[in-house]
Amino acid sequence: MRGLTWDYLIRRVAMFFVTIWLGATLIFIIPRLAPGDPVAAMVSRLQAQAGYIENSAEMIEAWRRRFGLDGPIWLQYLKYMRSVLTLDLGYSLAYFPSRVEEMIVDALPWTVGLLTLATLMSFVLGNLIGALMAWRRTPGLIRNLLPLTLTFTSIPFFMLGILLIYLFAFTLDWFPPSGAYARGVEIGLNWEFIKSVIHHGTLPALSIVLTSMGFWALGMRGMMITNEGEDYMILAEAKGLNPFRVFWKYGIRTAVLPQVTALALSLGSIAGGSTLVEYIFAYPGMGYLLYQGIVNTDYTLIQGIVFMLILGTATSVLILDLLLPLIDPRITYERG
Amino acid sequence: MTAGAGTVRPRTWLRLNRWDSPWLNAKFLIGLAMVLGVALMGIIGPLFWDTTLARVGSSPLNLPPVWVKTDNPAFGQPTWAHPLGTESNGRDMLAVLLVGAPRSLRIGVIAAGIGMLVGIILGFTAGFLGGWIDNVIRTLADAMITIPSLAVLIVISAYVRQVSVENMALILALFAWPGPTRLIRSQVLSMRERGYVKMARLSGASTLSIMFGEIMPNLLPYLAASFTGNVSAAILAATGLEALGLGPTRIPTLGMTIFYAMRAAAILRGMWWWWGFPIAMLIIIFTGLFLMTVGLDEIANPRLRGAQR
Repeated sequence: MRGLTWDYLIRRVAMFFVTIWLGATLIFIIPRLAPGDPVAAMVSRLQAQAGYIENSAEMIEAWRRRFGLDGPIWLQYLKYMRSVLTLDLGYSLAYFPSRVEEMIVDALPWTVGLLTLATLMSFVLGNLIGALMAWRRTPGLIRNLLPLTLTFTSIPFFMLGILLIYLFAFTLDWFPPSGAYARGVEIGLNWEFIKSVIHHGTLPALSIVLTSMGFWALGMRGMMITNEGEDYMILAEAKGLNPFRVFWKYGIRTAVLPQVTALALSLGSIAGGSTLVEYIFAYPGMGYLLYQGIVNTDYTLIQGIVFMLILGTATSVLILDLLLPLIDPRITYERG
Repeated sequence: MTAGAGTVRPRTWLRLNRWDSPWLNAKFLIGLAMVLGVALMGIIGPLFWDTTLARVGSSPLNLPPVWVKTDNPAFGQPTWAHPLGTESNGRDMLAVLLVGAPRSLRIGVIAAGIGMLVGIILGFTAGFLGGWIDNVIRTLADAMITIPSLAVLIVISAYVRQVSVENMALILALFAWPGPTRLIRSQVLSMRERGYVKMARLSGASTLSIMFGEIMPNLLPYLAASFTGNVSAAILAATGLEALGLGPTRIPTLGMTIFYAMRAAAILRGMWWWWGFPIAMLIIIFTGLFLMTVGLDEIANPRLRGAQR
């Protein structure tokens, strides 16, 4: 635990709460800036859709309470903040008796699983490719082939997803185009189910890994090149250390630290981009739920999911930030 | 540096050649050409092609591109009147591309421009004033970066259903400022301690003239790289919202075309031209901007230029 000082700890935890507060406040303000009364607009839209709504009075009440639209604005804000902090996300408007928390709990494991695996894979592969691109001992053939793996960098996740569906699901029929597991498979820890989940998850994961890998590779390449001229690298080589040892212990180990910081900063955009991947693949995670919320103009569901996404990324960033001093003792001494 | 002095000398001599300017970076120029190509298409295209064909119902339905031989009864016969085919709402694909692609580019440039302007102001303020102002700006910027912007943008667009291209850009700018702010702040902090800035201060130059006369020019390549990166991020967010059916609804955009294609199951119906052309167009834009960003990074940081020594 050397290096993890109180000062650093307090700053990071404060950062976590500022992020959550800012996100929650944005979600609070936005509906109030939109023209028109959201409750009236929503009820009329729902009535136009359904003709008649059972329990509509109760629903309006739930909706009003959700936003606390029955008091002065500061009181509304306080009430809203309390409900957010206790994770009381209210009732879904489109599927009324079900609560938003329950719907999210069903979707959460899919998103967390897909995102964790895809992000880790792209981070590891990308950094390895980048390091090999910068390493002088990489064989020429491999060095020339490596940039090919970066072809899809800069293409949005979901667009590659569409291309993958066309190629591997529609044309070749190797992988299923949508869903997270085959129908009729018994859900549980049995081999059939696991196989089906992997089979269905391959394309969504690939569309995230192939597109985000290049970002890590480029960053790593830059760090390794900068490292190359440092004194300790020259000394390590002059000492006649095994080149692989120099590559791993001296090169990659120092160069990967800023990459972890970059990972913490980009988690938000990865989480955002993956919502579209889930929508394209009809993958039953939070992103797909969000899409259903949009289609049904289910405002409580949309806001609940968005808040959970913010909470999730802020938590992951906090964890990464707390892990960082453990692998890099310099970080806590750094000022500014 | 000292070790390579012998090899560095001829290079510095070559630098005197005007064709060896670092701005003549191959990646940057290729990327620039791709982006300018798309922009030009929007300017010249309407002179040669009737862009009102991008409206719903202006063309026959489900025509494949001219060069496609098909005997599928669901599709019409290809014709030169619609060289890239038409989709199921009766829009001509060529017209959709001509209208949509430059529009995406414009959204990105406006949003990134506003973000850059705010970033310059906040970054310089934080870097120069320091103290609690610096702390507040830095904390807010860091928090904004952590928040998944697309998710918040979805909330905004869910409430504001009728958005124009300009309002869309304004909304996107909300998330375009933290990047430049962080970048400029850290660069200002390191530059204000450099010799030439101290020299200028000693000579009695005002803070403003130090900012714009001494520091700004050195920041240009960094700013440019950050700008192209932001244009790309803004277009990505805009297309993402459009693909979810949340963008401007009255005018065709590339993302909206993908949305309709997905909703009409164009992949399973084999109508690849419906989603393929907009995606190809966006890939050109994104790859162009990406090459520009990488090229500008190399211009700003000479060490990145060559891995092989």
